[in-house]
Amino acid sequence: MEKIYVDPLDPHYILELDHIWIKFGGLIALKDVTFKVKKGEIFGLIGPNGAGKTTLFNIITGVYRPTSGKVFFDGDDITDLKAYERVWIGISRTFQNIRLFKNLTVLENIMTVFHFKKLQKWGPFFVKFLDIFPYKWWEAGLALPKFFKFEEKLEEYALELLKIVGLEDYWDWKASSLPYGKQRKLEIARALATNPKLLLLDEPAAGMNPQETSELMEFIRKIRDEFNLTIILIEHDMKLVMGVCETIAVLDHGELIALGKPEEIKNNKRVIEAYLGEAI
Amino acid sequence: MNWYLRIRKLIQKKFPNNKFLHRYFGLIAFIIVGIISLFIGNHVNEFWQRLIILSAIYVIMAVGYNFSNGVAGQFSLDPNAYAAIGAYVAALLTMSPETKENVFILEPVMKPFDKIQLPFLIATLIGGLAAAFSAFLIGIPSFRVRGDYLAIITFGFGEIINVIANNLVSLTNGALGLKGIPEYTTLAWAIGWAIFSVFFLWHLTNSQVGRILKSIREDEIAAEATGINVFRWKLFAFTLSGFFIGIGGALFAHYLTTISPQVFTFFLTFNLLIIILIGGLGSIVGSAIAAVLFTFAFEILRVFEEGIHIGHINIPPIPGLRMVVFAILLIALMIFRPQGLFGDKEVSIK
Ligand SMILES: Nc1ncnc2c1ncn2[C@@H]1O[C@H](COP(=O)(O)OP(=O)(O)OP(=O)(O)O)[C@@H](O)[C@H]1O
Ligand SMILES: [Mg+2]
Repeated sequence: MEKIYVDPLDPHYILELDHIWIKFGGLIALKDVTFKVKKGEIFGLIGPNGAGKTTLFNIITGVYRPTSGKVFFDGDDITDLKAYERVWIGISRTFQNIRLFKNLTVLENIMTVFHFKKLQKWGPFFVKFLDIFPYKWWEAGLALPKFFKFEEKLEEYALELLKIVGLEDYWDWKASSLPYGKQRKLEIARALATNPKLLLLDEPAAGMNPQETSELMEFIRKIRDEFNLTIILIEHDMKLVMGVCETIAVLDHGELIALGKPEEIKNNKRVIEAYLGEAI
Repeated sequence: MNWYLRIRKLIQKKFPNNKFLHRYFGLIAFIIVGIISLFIGNHVNEFWQRLIILSAIYVIMAVGYNFSNGVAGQFSLDPNAYAAIGAYVAALLTMSPETKENVFILEPVMKPFDKIQLPFLIATLIGGLAAAFSAFLIGIPSFRVRGDYLAIITFGFGEIINVIANNLVSLTNGALGLKGIPEYTTLAWAIGWAIFSVFFLWHLTNSQVGRILKSIREDEIAAEATGINVFRWKLFAFTLSGFFIGIGGALFAHYLTTISPQVFTFFLTFNLLIIILIGGLGSIVGSAIAAVLFTFAFEILRVFEEGIHIGHINIPPIPGLRMVVFAILLIALMIFRPQGLFGDKEVSIK
C-alpha cells in the first residue's frame, strides 16, 4: 500500500480522523468529525448517550466504513483496511458490552490472540509479528515437536500477561464465570495481547464501584506507560475522564463540539449545554 | 471444561520430568486404543468385526463433522454430500476397468475413469480431496454473508448431490449405484484411519488453530477485533472437515462394496448429527466415543426391531424402535447434559 501523507504530517500524531461522516439510513450518526490523537496520550471521548462515540470506535477499528472521510494511522491511510487487518497494524479495542470468548478459559482467551502474521503489503514494518504463529496447521495436527514448543511458549506469554493485569490466579476459570470487573480486565488484557500501539476502551468503568474505578484509573496509566500505548477512552464517569485523560473530545449528536484539555472542557459553554447542566 | 488441558496438567503433576509424556500422551493413548481394538476385532466373529469397522468409519465421519460444526461452530447439514463424493470418487478409482464396464450398463463410464485403476490408499486420499474441494466451493458463498445461511445452503447441497448421484449416470450409474467395489476396507485400514483422524483433529483442536476456530464460534465480532480473518478460518475448518468426511465415505464404499444414492441421504447426516450432539459439540474424543456407542447401540437395537424369542417369552418386532430410543436419549441428554458427554460448548436454542 502506498503511503499517503496528510499534509503536513506531524509524526507526533498516531491517529487522524479527516472529515468523517457516517449515515445509517436517514440518521447521520457522525457529522464531519475531524481531530488528531497524539502519540502516547490518554485521550478521552465523551458525550451524551447516542452521541456517536461507539460508532466512532467502530470506524477507527474498521467495523464500519465511513460514508465519507478518511482515517489515518501512523501516517498511513487505513480507511480501506479490514477490521482484522487493523489489529495487525496495531489498533486494538474493547467493547461497551463485554465480548469475551465465554466458554473458553481465561488463559485461552489470551492465547487465542497470539496469531499474528506479517501483513505483506505493509512491508518490513511488522516483522516483529512474524514469529508468533510459526507452526502450520498440519504441524499441529501431526503433533510435531515444533508445535509443542510453541504451545508452551504461548502459554508462558499468556501467563506473563495475566500476571501483569493481575489475573494469573484465574487462568483456568471459564471466562464467563469471572466476576464482572475481572471480565473487563480480561478484555483489556486480550486487547493488549495483540501488541497494539493504539488501544480503544469503550466505557471500561461501566458497572464498577468508585473503589474499582480508581483502581482502573491507575491501571490505565500503568499499561500506557508499560506498553508504550496511546489510549482512547470512552467514559461517562467524569471523575475518571477528568482524572486520567490529557485531552478530551466531546461529541454531541454526531458532531464534535469541543476539544481540549480537561480544564477547558469543564468550562466550555457548549459542553455544559449538551449535558444540560449535568455536573461536570 | 477443557479435557486436554486438564489431563495434561494432571500428567505434568504426576510425571514432572517426563517431557515426552507431556507431549505425546494423546498419541500413546490413541495407539493403545487402536491396538486393543485391532486385537479384539481379530478375535471375534465376522458380525462383530464388521461392526467394529463400521464404527471406525463413523468415528472418522463424526470427528470430521464435529470439527466444523462443533469446534468452529458452523452449523452445516451436508456431511452426506461429502461422504458421497468421497465414496463415489474413490470407488471409481479402485474398481477395475472390467468391473466398471460390466456395472455401467445404462451408459458407459465417463472418460478418464474407464481406464484408471489406482491403489486403495491413493484412491481414498483423492476421494477425501475431492470432498474437501467441494466443501471449499460451498464454503465460499456461504461464509461471505453473515448469519446462518450455511445451514440452508448446505441442506440444499446435500439434496442436490443426491439428485446428481441419481442422474449423472455416466459417473454414478444412477439409481443402480456402483456394484462390485473391491472390499478393501479391512479392520486395519478402518482403525488406522480412525486413529489418525482423531489424533490429527484432536491436536488441531487443542492448538492455536482450534482456539481461533472456537473464538469464532464464541463471538465472531470479538474474534475479528482480535485480528482473526474470520472468513478464511471458517473456510479452512469447513474444507478440512469435508476432507475427513470424504475419507470416511471412501472407506464406507469399500466396506459396503455396493453404493447407491440411498446410502447417502439426509439420514446419514441425521445420524452424524446425533453422534456429535451426544459426544458433545467441540469435543473430538467425545464424538469418537459417541460414534462407537451409536453404531453398536444401533445394531443391538435392531435385534428388538426384528422381535425376540427367549424360551416362552416372545417380544414382537417393533419397527422404528431405534429412532424412538435415540430420540428419547437425545431429549434426556438435552435436559441433563446439554453440552453432551464431553462437550465444551452448551447447545442452546437461540
Ligand atoms: N448499525 C447501526 N445502524 C443504525 N443506527 C446505528 C447503528 N449504530 C449506531 N447507530 C445509531 O447511531 C447513534 C450513535 O450511536 P452510538 O452507539 O455510537 O452512541 P454512543 O455515543 O456510543 O452512546 P452510548 O453512550 O449510549 O453508548 C445512535 O442514534 C444509534 O442508534
Ligand atoms: Mg457507546
